Amino acid sequence: MAGVPRKLAWRIGEVVATNPDTPRTKSLFLEVPGWEGHRAGQHVDVRLTAEDGYQAQRSYSIASAPEDGRVELLVERLDDGEVSPYLTDELRAGDGLELRGPIGGWFAWEAREGGPLLLVAGGSGIVPLMAMIRHRQAAGNDTPVRLLFSSRSFEEVSFREELERLAAEDETLEIIHTLTRSVPPGWKGYDRRIDEEMLGEVAFSPGEMPLAFVCGPTPLVEAVATTLVGLGHDAARVKTERFGPTGG
Amino acid sequence: MSGGFISRGFRGRRRRAEDDVRVPPGQYLVEGFPVLSAGPTPRTPLEKWDFTIKGEVDGPKTWSWEEFRALPSEQITRDIHCVTKWSKLGTTWEGVSVDTLLEKVDTAAEYVVAFCDGGYTTNLPLDDVTGGKAWVAHTYEGEPLAPEHGGPARLLVPHLYFWKSAKWVRGLRLVAEDEPGFWESLGYHNHGDPWREQRYWGD
Repeated sequence: MAGVPRKLAWRIGEVVATNPDTPRTKSLFLEVPGWEGHRAGQHVDVRLTAEDGYQAQRSYSIASAPEDGRVELLVERLDDGEVSPYLTDELRAGDGLELRGPIGGWFAWEAREGGPLLLVAGGSGIVPLMAMIRHRQAAGNDTPVRLLFSSRSFEEVSFREELERLAAEDETLEIIHTLTRSVPPGWKGYDRRIDEEMLGEVAFSPGEMPLAFVCGPTPLVEAVATTLVGLGHDAARVKTERFGPTGG
Repeated sequence: MSGGFISRGFRGRRRRAEDDVRVPPGQYLVEGFPVLSAGPTPRTPLEKWDFTIKGEVDGPKTWSWEEFRALPSEQITRDIHCVTKWSKLGTTWEGVSVDTLLEKVDTAAEYVVAFCDGGYTTNLPLDDVTGGKAWVAHTYEGEPLAPEHGGPARLLVPHLYFWKSAKWVRGLRLVAEDEPGFWESLGYHNHGDPWREQRYWGD
């Protein structure tokens, strides 16, 4: 990381499109004037301002690859949230959205850092990992990747069709789903929370020294990170980020 | 510049006035206690745990867990503020004041680097951890501090963003020159005062 402090200025991005992803999540595509690019895995701060000056801020991970000119955020609607229902229900193409970033230099990956890459996601924790998968594809990189992705149901798998398409085109990208609440008829994949047996089957062996990125709700992240270390993976190569129910 | 920008259709949720004065700019209140850390939770057994003051001191000092717990503890009730924007009001802790730990140490250092299991570090001016402003906390809401919240002991510096309250702390290294710690090297503000919204470099 460069060590030259610079002010992360607030900017007004323009919402150029929105796209429903799952029943609870929605993608926002933004054009951000002066955007200087990001590293896959980084996030932005979003700031909303009401007419009386009241403000609320939240952080959202960037889903798009650095190679993409637009910034894509995936927002999960939290029913009792203050910010996310505005972003999913009210905000529409043509609106401005104030943000600053990119932020965070730890939970980030660049194709030249290599791997193999073990990505473990729970729910909308897929977002920063999606940026890594897209970045790798856009960079024409062939670092072996395994994504273990825990969702509540088939309908709630974020980016499902794009992930299927990317995996079909690329034999070094393996995607393993587990569905924890309901499965469609004929489902042959995992149907439980991620556990030691599953990680033993799916994660690379410790000898292959994967670089692991784990993102999701705290209980999933705690369990996966602890289990990976227990299986013999180097704790220094397990990076975590938590998406709590406090995301608003 | 963004001066005067209004988010079309945003109303937001106002806080009660008595809470509002306790919540720094850009923060929102939570009831739970979110967990944030960069990697797996370290689990050091108490018999292998110790706490060390070292660096620019006349001689390093080390306490075993038993010796540390025999030091006088204080009850602390404070609001805490995480740079990820949540604040939690009125959290109650017990811990040993950093003043107590530094009592028998002679130093000309002006900064400290807290070091932790798992390799995490954070830097603070000595002035921000002395004078009744910082503790090494071992108890949260009457219970031993849980590992995911930094147990067996974490630094508690509630007047700064909570990443300065380093989890799994194992000691303080006193230094003459300031040295950016883990998050401070990765784009986060060197000082981290929530009331001045010092979140990132340049804030």
